[in-house]
Amino acid sequence: MSTTTHGLGGLKYDPSKKARAPEWNVFFALVGIILIFELVGRIVMGDSFLFNTRDNVDTLFNQQRLQIIILQVSITGIIALGVTQVIISGGIDLSSGSIVGATAMIAMSFAQVAMVNGNPNPKAIFAEQGWLDLPVIVPVAVGLACGALAGFINGALVAYTRIPPFIATLGMMVTARGIAKWWSKGNPISFPTESYAAIGKGMMPVIIFVSLAVLFHLILTYTRYGKHCYGIGSNEQAMRMSGINVEKMKVLIYVIAGLLSALAAVVLSSKNLTAQAGMGVMYELDAIAMAVIGGISLQGGRGSIIGTVLGALIFGVIISGFTFLKLDAYYQEMVKGMIIVAAVVLDQWRQKSRARG
Amino acid sequence: MSDIILETRGLTKRYGGVHALEDANFILRKGEHVAVVGDNGAGKSTFVRQVTAVEQRSAGHVFFDGQEVNFAGPLEAREAGIETVFQTLALADDLDVPSNLFLGRELYKFRMGPFSILDRKAMRDRTLEALKTTAVKIPNVDNPIRNMSGGQRQCVAIARTAAFASKLVIMDEPTAALGVQETAQVENIIRGLKERGIPMILISHNLRQVFDLVDRIVVFRRGRIVASLNKDETDGNDIVSYITGVKGGEPANA
Ligand SMILES: Nc1ncnc2c1ncn2[C@@H]1O[C@H](COP(=O)(O)OP(=O)(O)O)[C@@H](O)[C@H]1O
Ligand SMILES: [Mg+2]
Repeated sequence: MSTTTHGLGGLKYDPSKKARAPEWNVFFALVGIILIFELVGRIVMGDSFLFNTRDNVDTLFNQQRLQIIILQVSITGIIALGVTQVIISGGIDLSSGSIVGATAMIAMSFAQVAMVNGNPNPKAIFAEQGWLDLPVIVPVAVGLACGALAGFINGALVAYTRIPPFIATLGMMVTARGIAKWWSKGNPISFPTESYAAIGKGMMPVIIFVSLAVLFHLILTYTRYGKHCYGIGSNEQAMRMSGINVEKMKVLIYVIAGLLSALAAVVLSSKNLTAQAGMGVMYELDAIAMAVIGGISLQGGRGSIIGTVLGALIFGVIISGFTFLKLDAYYQEMVKGMIIVAAVVLDQWRQKSRARG
Repeated sequence: MSDIILETRGLTKRYGGVHALEDANFILRKGEHVAVVGDNGAGKSTFVRQVTAVEQRSAGHVFFDGQEVNFAGPLEAREAGIETVFQTLALADDLDVPSNLFLGRELYKFRMGPFSILDRKAMRDRTLEALKTTAVKIPNVDNPIRNMSGGQRQCVAIARTAAFASKLVIMDEPTAALGVQETAQVENIIRGLKERGIPMILISHNLRQVFDLVDRIVVFRRGRIVASLNKDETDGNDIVSYITGVKGGEPANA
């Protein structure tokens, strides 16, 4: 078939050509933002943003900055992977940050050492039960189980009571935060075992984030689960008519999101060597923002893990860039907010132009 | 064995107070192509949804391929051998053509429950094959079908049905949104089904098409079957009189 022309604008659409993947746009945005920081840095600060300018190091790039860019977004990035598949399937998850808080508290209380500097651990939650110096598998398993349970409740509410995902997960957001505060009556929980502390040490969060990103990219691209995530977000009714158990799928999707939040909680509490009830506040919004900036459509059905990873990198670059330019954190938040809105506007605009075309 | 592939007895569907389908007695024989006609709201789509178990009927019996059936859902109906093109297309716009063709019956390389790995190449190959046998032209099957014209999307739905057709095909207004060429293509697919001996129920408003393609015409009016006429014993005017209620005040058996 030849090229067809639609509408007044004369938009050309050649159906035999494969459309350019929208991830490329996100990638160009990332490159553009880096260039801006590089340029402003050279002009205003007289220093390079990404390239190495020190004489005593012989690398092309500023390794330290690169590491920080990705390290500071890898924990919210883990959450964003779960949020991505939720949004692709037409849902939303507002509870991730609170699940991080609750599971960090609960997991950490199973990861405590018996003795600190020769004295009994003053912060031990389960001292009476003697649940101290437990093997690292215990707190990790307990944490993941909590995340899975929270996700299961989210998914069951969304799938079987037909409460809108926004409301169901908002309920979980408030409840889980309550649990986080109630768990140790507001006190932080500290002194984890060495093996627990190793989980989030150094660049471990990055390694975990990147491996999970690869895994979830493969899952979403090559498995039935992935195909059906897109299908449900695209046309739930059609999936039902094709005999797909949409309810079961939704429960599974939220369970996996919960598991990833719990994993983020484990990594975060391990990295910080402590858990607090306020951990993970606003993480759900950062995760959603990463996905949205990465081109995941809030209407469902469209987007990819590659997009979300690029979205996370944009986040990391912006934070590092502002620190590099020595600008206050307030500006970061404002710019972040504007970028999120711009991303959603862009998505809506894309959709409209598609409907016209 | 009887030569009846589908029979409904007293098939009834009410939506609250709306009697969408009343006491439908319908018979389809093996190899037979039957058209269902009637005004908008006559209950044609409702009839399809009861037979395919997209909805659960209020009353009545359905017999398929020699036995009474109570499908729990559309998947069971499909597994029993009923392939349907619904009036509202059951397609996922963000998926490509092979994914839509194999929606709910994917081919796998490796099975691991929900995380079973799809055999994308096999699905793509079989999609191209199916499109070839149905003469449907889709320029690039790897694009999401969202970007395709209404006609192309309809053709995907019809190719899906024709490709998997085994015992019975139902199409609910398959050409309503199509241009002349695309309509001709769909009509060819339907002729191909006839040649393969696959029985079919075709819902259509296009009487020219109906007289061209089918053996028998069943008229629905206000939720009831009011006539069942062999093509050779009737004509367009006759059918229209039944559709509009000039003729056939009494319910009939089809
Ligand atoms: N889900 C529903 N809820 C209530 N009424 C419905 C529903 N579906 C169809 N109807 C009603 O049932 C009648 C038959 O509709 P339908 O089977 O779609 O007619 P047709 O396909 O012949 O145009 C109409 O009056 C319609 O308004
Ligand atoms: Mg209809």
